[in-house]
Amino acid sequence: MPSSLEILVFLPILAALAIGFGAPARFTAIGAAIINLGIGLVAAKSYNVNIEGGAVFQLESSRVLLESPKLALAFGVDGMSLILMLLTVIVTLAAVWASPAESKIKGSPKLYYISSLLIAAGALGAFLSTDLFFLYAFHELALIPTFLMIGMYGHGKNRKRTAWTITIYLGVGSLILLAGLIALFVNIGQNDTFSIAEMIVRAQDSETMIPEATQSWIYLLLLVGFGVLVSLFPFHSWAPDAYADAPTPISMLHAGVLKKFGLYGLIRIAGPMLPAGAEKWMNLVLVLLLGNIIILGLVTIAQKRLDRMIGMSSVMHMGYVFLGVVAGGTIGISGAVLLMFAHGVSIALLFALAGSLRERFGSLEFDKLGGGLGKLVPKLGLLFGFAAFASIGLPGFANFAAEVMIFFGAFQPMEANAPLSFLQWAAIISLWGVVISAVYMLRAFRKIFKGPLTTTETPKDMSWNERVPALLLIVSLMLVGFYPEILLKYLRPALESLTLIGS
Amino acid sequence: MHDVNTLAWIILLLPLLVAASILFGLKKMPGLSALLSTGSVLITLVCSILLFSATGKAVPVTWISIFEFKVNIGLLVGGDKDPLAKGMMFIVTFIGTLVHIFSLGYMKDDDGKARYFAGLSIFMFSMTGIVLADNLVMMFIFWELVGVSSYILIGHWYNKDSAADAAKKAFLTNRIGDFGFMIGILLVWVLTKQIEFAKFTPEIVANAAKSPLFDIAIIAIFCGAIGKSAQVPLHVWLPDAMEGPTPVSALIHAATMVAAGVFMLARVSALIGASELAATVILWTGAITALVAALMALQQNDIKRILAYSTLSQLGYMVMAQGIAGQGADAGMFHLYTHAFFKALLFLGAGAIIFGCHHEQNIWKMGGLRKKMPFTFWTFAIGTAALIAVPGTSGFFSKEGILHAAHAAGHDFPWVIGLIVAFLTPFYMTRLFIVTFLGKSRTENADHAKEVPQIMFVPLVILAVLALFSAYKPIAKFLQAKGYAHAPEIDPTFGWSLFGLIAGVGLAIWIYKGREKERINIPLFANKFYIDEIYNGLIAIFQDAIAGLLDFIDRFVIDPVVARFPAMTAFTAGSFFRLFQVGNLQGYTFLFGAGVVALIWFLLF
Repeated sequence: MPSSLEILVFLPILAALAIGFGAPARFTAIGAAIINLGIGLVAAKSYNVNIEGGAVFQLESSRVLLESPKLALAFGVDGMSLILMLLTVIVTLAAVWASPAESKIKGSPKLYYISSLLIAAGALGAFLSTDLFFLYAFHELALIPTFLMIGMYGHGKNRKRTAWTITIYLGVGSLILLAGLIALFVNIGQNDTFSIAEMIVRAQDSETMIPEATQSWIYLLLLVGFGVLVSLFPFHSWAPDAYADAPTPISMLHAGVLKKFGLYGLIRIAGPMLPAGAEKWMNLVLVLLLGNIIILGLVTIAQKRLDRMIGMSSVMHMGYVFLGVVAGGTIGISGAVLLMFAHGVSIALLFALAGSLRERFGSLEFDKLGGGLGKLVPKLGLLFGFAAFASIGLPGFANFAAEVMIFFGAFQPMEANAPLSFLQWAAIISLWGVVISAVYMLRAFRKIFKGPLTTTETPKDMSWNERVPALLLIVSLMLVGFYPEILLKYLRPALESLTLIGS
Repeated sequence: MHDVNTLAWIILLLPLLVAASILFGLKKMPGLSALLSTGSVLITLVCSILLFSATGKAVPVTWISIFEFKVNIGLLVGGDKDPLAKGMMFIVTFIGTLVHIFSLGYMKDDDGKARYFAGLSIFMFSMTGIVLADNLVMMFIFWELVGVSSYILIGHWYNKDSAADAAKKAFLTNRIGDFGFMIGILLVWVLTKQIEFAKFTPEIVANAAKSPLFDIAIIAIFCGAIGKSAQVPLHVWLPDAMEGPTPVSALIHAATMVAAGVFMLARVSALIGASELAATVILWTGAITALVAALMALQQNDIKRILAYSTLSQLGYMVMAQGIAGQGADAGMFHLYTHAFFKALLFLGAGAIIFGCHHEQNIWKMGGLRKKMPFTFWTFAIGTAALIAVPGTSGFFSKEGILHAAHAAGHDFPWVIGLIVAFLTPFYMTRLFIVTFLGKSRTENADHAKEVPQIMFVPLVILAVLALFSAYKPIAKFLQAKGYAHAPEIDPTFGWSLFGLIAGVGLAIWIYKGREKERINIPLFANKFYIDEIYNGLIAIFQDAIAGLLDFIDRFVIDPVVARFPAMTAFTAGSFFRLFQVGNLQGYTFLFGAGVVALIWFLLF
């Protein structure tokens, strides 16, 4: 009998196969996504939040494939992976629901829906694997359909070039990451296990921990590898074009879910296994994340197309997650994980709504869209308003709770009478990003939906097929925003054990 | 029902419930939406009156809890120790109720009526949240929410460019203030390890004040008030906010939201008291704002803008008071209360005038309205009397309180500034009054002006009564204000401000009585010291130009250097890679996938 987590990972794959063999694509994909959302919620419900110490992962399943080195198709959740799993099932449902009807897809509708399902399966596999090998492999599995989809179903005349860029860029990033992971594997113990839990125990045992100098270069490899995947400055230039040119569900899934893999890896693997390395490169990461927040924040202001602007803003917001990661500590890490969720949902929402706009008006260039569209498509305008304010961290949305925690996290280690350290300075400078993101979001909202109506087109307002996924995402954001405890309770046991915070 | 917990939670949550149900269900039923919204604010008013005699404590709800780090949504309406929330809550719900009633008439035929009332309800939710907040983070939460409700309401007529721009400007300017506010909250947390107001005990504050960062922390917190209460240099959004419907201006941009900054400072007065530097900064910011705004008001021609600048100026008084040790904070809050009544009255009066004159707002295109709108005339006259501090009116006592406090604390220069403002205010208000109501009608719109419907009278009458008498003991005591009317002391403050009043009114009568157009022309004041132009220039240079430059660098330097050049080098140099360049994407990704599969195969078998 497969465990609930195994079903979560393999159900989308089975659904993809079924579509391949002739099942109705949209119906099957949405059905599988709904079932997966249900399983995800049940799994969350059965997670014991009151556990103290002891078992690190829960709901574990393991199928040993190789004894030495120990390799197993093993799944399990702790608070962090549980939250990312929930993010994945929510965004997946929204993404397949927001996908166009089969008749509107140019090319094979089957492949379109199959790709989305495979990305979901890959992401779930990566987040739920407790085995380093599969953690990596599942992520690669998710990347392939991403590349294909941009090339085959993307928008714009440059989509082939964009697809190539992201393929090579992320391919190289993955290779660097692979090198780092292999180095890690080789240096921890006697290269005899891929089990993340065991590796962490060894890395934190003073007898078996990796020497500092070694930690340092391995961490750098992981930082660059994971960093490329998360679009850490200056390794970000694949992102805006890819998101702008990708079909809507792919932008939603990649920016919303898959991109979090890099951050997940840094917190899950690099942080606990290489604490000295993390310490050593802390200031570098702080400088780079300021690049994300301030430099790329300003670059976002200069964008003239909504899709590129949203893509760039997504890159910018990664800086805050990095800030939480660097701050470490209970508050910072909690904030970082919460922001991964919040950002994932809100960016998916923005891309979904941008897709609805593109479908109606043909273009997403601010100048071509004209203004005053709020009069024409009021529902779209209202939902976009929700999305815009969620994304700039308005209280009531999950994003705010997460960002506040990250800032408190950055000040958590500060002593009452100490001067400000670089970490706190970086947090203060990053806070200015809150102003920057309000500038570009409100400008875009103003330009598109407000002011006098100029266009002569009269499209219909949002259909239910567009509204349902948007509302699903908004409700998720507001639930967590009003009551962050709903997710934070899962994190507490993980924060107490060694999986998230170094000893 | 006399239980603080129940009452406070009803006050907080009822408007939210109404707003949500309008937004997601009743949008097509504007009449019902308006009634629901008005009914809900009436209920909160009753609750806030009951709150005065209620006992017990509100039970907080945990919002965030990570081990030792806890943020509650807790409602602070303590017993006698904390009259601040009760008085403020009454003001907010009371003016809120009147403005809702007034809006029933004013927005009767508006297309977006349901949306408008939903916005008002969101505002009521947010504002009561600020008043009830028991800690800094919760205050910040509702602080931001108030900002967004103001954004929604200023931009109510969003198809107008000016309204859409004003809304955006208001939100962004406030965000700049909030940037400082958040830094302040973080630093205070580091220094005191507390965020709850009740925990800022003298010992904890004294201990925190030893740190060199303490002054900076308090000044940073004050930045929040600079934004929300529109103090110089972040005052620029408030005059533009007059693009919103006039009842909104009365409620949000005169009586309540803009006063939130003053309220917040009063809440943290324990902290301000420990930082001399921060108190000085607050004192001077307030004084400068009071003066600069009054000067700008002299040369404005839009009736709402004149009132907006006078609001800025009066807020300056209140903020200045918060920087005065001793009686300052109480005097400032007292002025907040009286100002809320008479300024709401003036704005609603202005709304009636605009409504009656077919949406004319330029005072030079009015004139002679005394006979056409007698009712509005008399209530507006009472509001004006209170604003220019005619002895005996509520405004007189509260303003005297602030000037006295400044004088007593030895802040001579700010005191003099306060007295100059006490001369400028009567001058520009008399100008407004003469040009609008007296003389002959100067345009067709003014000539055809009609008195407004009766539903709009009710709020005007009630507010007029309060503008006159709210400083007298029964009412002031009911509000739990720490100040009330008393026989004037004959001292320099009284003498000079009386002189300012007579001189200001007299000079304005002499210059403007019977005139058809403006006689004096001071471009510097008329153009608001060119501050908007300067800011636009700065934004163009420091934001848009740099953003454009960085965008260029990002596309043509970072991307090539970090990505394309290394990639190209690798691809051209390495014949190894050339083997894999099959030339199409599908092929490449196939190889990519095949690699992974091969790896799994290799490991497994």
